[in-house]
Amino acid sequence: MDVVNQMQRQFVDYSTSLHREGILDDQFTQLQKLQDENSPDFVVEVASLFFEDCEKLINNMARALEQQGVDFKQVDASVHQLKGSSSSIGAVQVKNVCIAFRSFCEAQNREGCLRCLQQVTHEYSLLKNKLQTLFRLEQQILAAGGSIPVIE
Amino acid sequence: MGRKLQQSQHQHHSVAVKVNEQMGTKRGYTFIQSNRAWLPKFLLLWVMVMAFISTWIYKKMDADNKVRRKEVLSSMCDQRARMLQDQFCVSVNTVHALAILVSTFLYFKNPSAIDRETFAEYTARTAFERPLLSGVAYAERVVHSEREEFERQHGWTIKTMEREPSPIREEYAPVIFSQETVSYIESLDMMSGEEDQENILRSRATGKAVLTSPFRLLGSHHLGVVLTFPVYKFMLPTRPTAEERIEATAGYLGGAFDVESLVENLLGQLAGNQAILVNVYDITNSSDPLIMYGHQNQDGDLALVHQSKLDFGDPFRKHQMICRYHQKAPTSWTALTTAFLFFVICLLVGYILYGAAIHIVEVEDDFHEMQELKVRAEAADVAKSQFLATVSHEIRTPMNGILGMLALLLDTDLSSTQRDYAQTAQVCGKALITLINEVLDRAKIEAGKLELETVPFNLRSIFDDVLSLFSEKSRNKGVELAVFISDKVPELIIGDPGRFRQIITNLVGNSVKFTERGHIFVKVLLAENEKPVTEVKSENYLNGGPDEGVLISGARHFKTLSGYEAADEQNSWDHFNHLVMEEESRYDASINMEVADKASRGVTLMVSVEDTGIGIPLIAQDRVFMPFMQADSSTSRNYGGTGIGLSITKCLVELMGGHIGFISRPQVGSTFSFTTHFESCKKASYNDTKKPVSEDLPSGFTGLKAIVVDGKPVRAAVTRYHLKRLGILVEFANSVKIAASASRQNGSSCGSKIRPDIILVEKDLWLSGEDGGSSLQMFDGKQNGHVFKLPKVILLATNITSAELEKAKAAGFADTVIMKPMRASMVAACLQQALGIGKKRQPGKLMLNGSPVIQGLLCGKKILVVDDNMVNRRVAAGALKKFGAAVECAESGKAALKLLQLPHCFDACFMDIQMPEMDGFEATRRIRMMESQANERMHGCIKEDSASRGEWHVPILAMTADVIHATSDECLKCGMDGYVSKPFEEENLYQAVAKFFKSNPISVS
Repeated sequence: MDVVNQMQRQFVDYSTSLHREGILDDQFTQLQKLQDENSPDFVVEVASLFFEDCEKLINNMARALEQQGVDFKQVDASVHQLKGSSSSIGAVQVKNVCIAFRSFCEAQNREGCLRCLQQVTHEYSLLKNKLQTLFRLEQQILAAGGSIPVIE
Repeated sequence: MGRKLQQSQHQHHSVAVKVNEQMGTKRGYTFIQSNRAWLPKFLLLWVMVMAFISTWIYKKMDADNKVRRKEVLSSMCDQRARMLQDQFCVSVNTVHALAILVSTFLYFKNPSAIDRETFAEYTARTAFERPLLSGVAYAERVVHSEREEFERQHGWTIKTMEREPSPIREEYAPVIFSQETVSYIESLDMMSGEEDQENILRSRATGKAVLTSPFRLLGSHHLGVVLTFPVYKFMLPTRPTAEERIEATAGYLGGAFDVESLVENLLGQLAGNQAILVNVYDITNSSDPLIMYGHQNQDGDLALVHQSKLDFGDPFRKHQMICRYHQKAPTSWTALTTAFLFFVICLLVGYILYGAAIHIVEVEDDFHEMQELKVRAEAADVAKSQFLATVSHEIRTPMNGILGMLALLLDTDLSSTQRDYAQTAQVCGKALITLINEVLDRAKIEAGKLELETVPFNLRSIFDDVLSLFSEKSRNKGVELAVFISDKVPELIIGDPGRFRQIITNLVGNSVKFTERGHIFVKVLLAENEKPVTEVKSENYLNGGPDEGVLISGARHFKTLSGYEAADEQNSWDHFNHLVMEEESRYDASINMEVADKASRGVTLMVSVEDTGIGIPLIAQDRVFMPFMQADSSTSRNYGGTGIGLSITKCLVELMGGHIGFISRPQVGSTFSFTTHFESCKKASYNDTKKPVSEDLPSGFTGLKAIVVDGKPVRAAVTRYHLKRLGILVEFANSVKIAASASRQNGSSCGSKIRPDIILVEKDLWLSGEDGGSSLQMFDGKQNGHVFKLPKVILLATNITSAELEKAKAAGFADTVIMKPMRASMVAACLQQALGIGKKRQPGKLMLNGSPVIQGLLCGKKILVVDDNMVNRRVAAGALKKFGAAVECAESGKAALKLLQLPHCFDACFMDIQMPEMDGFEATRRIRMMESQANERMHGCIKEDSASRGEWHVPILAMTADVIHATSDECLKCGMDGYVSKPFEEENLYQAVAKFFKSNPISVS
């Protein structure tokens, strides 16, 4: 039981640290709240959807930006999508970069866009790592027979 | 956020543009304004023109003067010439006469009848006839052959003018007779002078008077002329030739004219002698005029000369008179002053006009400047409101987060200090939110963005709600809070309940805040009732003045709700009674009629909130409704608050088409009253639609009878009002005794109509009254003897201590004490408890803030979520599923359209706005189009109730990240029913969804 407790505390600490670092926000907590017996893997499901979406979008953007005549509209649409997804999942950092990204898109600033793309990729991979760690912790807790503590 | 910022920038820009436009259109310059640069030039031109005109005037007047002067001169000159001529002629004639005399007496008589002495005497004596002649003389014609004899005969030799013996000549003309004055020329030969000789020859040839050219006369050294007449020795034939005349010539008569004195005399007789200068010339030789009179070189006005011809009777000689003015023409002062004055006047007029024009220009400049400033100020005001709205909105969001977090924090395990801190923070946060909401309201109202709803609502339940809001506070303060609504006020009215509640809450809240004792009394009447009351009121003032207090036990008691004096006597019993009585009589009589016509017209309500608080200082009374003004700065220190509430209230009241006003007396209290206009609602039509707002009071009390024991009639009326709403018949009693006797009588006789089921006793009366604590035995005693049911005796109290409660119980009161402020529902609950009417609580309203509500709302509903973003879609679906809804997803507007092809079984649709291909607006528009087509088709055939509603209309809610007003407007425009901000928040979601699903409450669960 101690192990479970410890893991639970670790889980809480970790997720609060994510919040504190500004990687995640309240929206993620909301998502966690939505998860119940009917949909036990809701958060993981959404997160993996998000990852998929993200990778696809980032690839799209990278491709679009590589081309000679950059179609900023297309990039902008992708960024918009990404912004929507990230705000849905509560990925604040990604969302913030997206906001800057969009303004560069509007200004048709390729340099800025590329810089932002880099940042987005960076933030995304960071988030992905962190979330995967979190989920792993969750899995471990569940495997140990504990329950996921609710983070307020 | 980026978008929002952009939008706001855009708004600012548009404001600026608007300002410019306004300025552009308003810059209508007048003629003067647009030609301002020309003004000095105009002035200069004017001055020049005027100078020209005045010179012209001067010249004209001067010319006129000159002409007149010339005329004067010529007339004077002519006159003088004529006179001179006449005088001369007269003299000539006398000389002529003399000549004839000589010829007659010297030659025709033989011997001659005239000699030297005779001639001298005669001439001397007739000299008066010839004033112009210095003298006359007669010279005889002597030819040379006769000379010697002549000399001998006369005894002297003929001498020349130089008084020498005359040389030999062919002919002589020695003077033989002479007037005494010229006797010195006797014996002189007139022929010896060249000129005289010529004269003589000419005269004898023509037979007429002949003049010499002027010369200095011998005696006086005046200029003169000699006039010569021939004397014939016999009568001439009628037409004598020159030879005949010469032949007949016997001698010559001459006279010397002293022209100078002649003219002198003449001029002396005439007026204006000084003004003009007269010269007389002999101009026989025109190249060398000889002066006869006047000085050759006299100065005078050489510019103006008049010449007049003179005819002295000698055709050979020509004379003329030349007149001049003595002095040069004087400068014409009249002309000069006239012209000058004209110029000055014109100059002044011009300057005045110029000044006026300049002034106009300045004023217009100022005006334009003011206008510009006004526009700018207005723009600034609008911008301020917008800014306030935006900022408040922006603040609200994080504040909600703070509050939420605080609430969560309070739920956790906290030490008491921590809890205290957190609670304080929460209270502060709530206060801040309230303030922000108020500011937002105010800004909205100012920006004209506040729109009032028009939905039917129950007025009475709103008042009950508001009262319950403040009941705790008022109870703690010991202030009596009561509401009374006239029976005539219709139950359901159409208007904006939220805003109406806000008004009431503001006013009552204020009253509660500022009242420490006494009461707060809310009264609602139909405005038409108000008139008789105000009349009565003014009468009362006339009769007794405001001091209508009755002295009871040393303290003033007023017939108001609590007995304290109120600022406005309208609520005191005299008026109130009057009102209530009138109302009752009228109500019964006209009930049918009123039902009939109330349905059609609007109602104007008159609401007054009376308190017995600290009142408003007189100096502050006129700025009560100004925002952020409290009576004085100490007020906010003592009582808190921002002072924005009343200004919002005023705005709201005015939006509702009413007026607000107040009467306040410091230390006595204030009465705020306002009117609002509502549409009355036909109950029948209303029942068809929805039912949530109608009053759900239990109906089990209908027909019960009650006696209210209260010494204060106003309070009793309030109690009755609440009981009446429950269907209970009410009678009043002033004391417990009376009530008891009433209930007794009812058993035996027909004294009163009712036999009470309930007796309500006011706590104050019970405690203070002479009945003391045990009087209830009266009821018991009597009741035991009768078969009648025991009436329940219930205590009414504002606040009650546990000791008092015990005492009451001991005295036989029912367990229940009805705590004030009274509300119909609360009274109902108490009565149920007291009477033991086994009413179950109605399937009570669900708690609004818990998720069970929303779960109930959404449970079993089928909802379509349309979003192109996979993650969003999943999250939304998850959230909705969590609330029990069955969710289906569509990833584009097109897919949604396909799914929503009629008939479908979706209860609602959540639609993202920004989607590629077809955005949410477009999709909604198409869905609506589809629906309306289907509806039309359905109306064509017999109405088939396929979707439990009459028509197809699936609620569509926009999901959007930005909740700017414009977006929401657009949502509604394209047919959406509302919007939910992303990401979902429970409350937000509930609010949006509640509108549609509230009507079918969950009967399932």
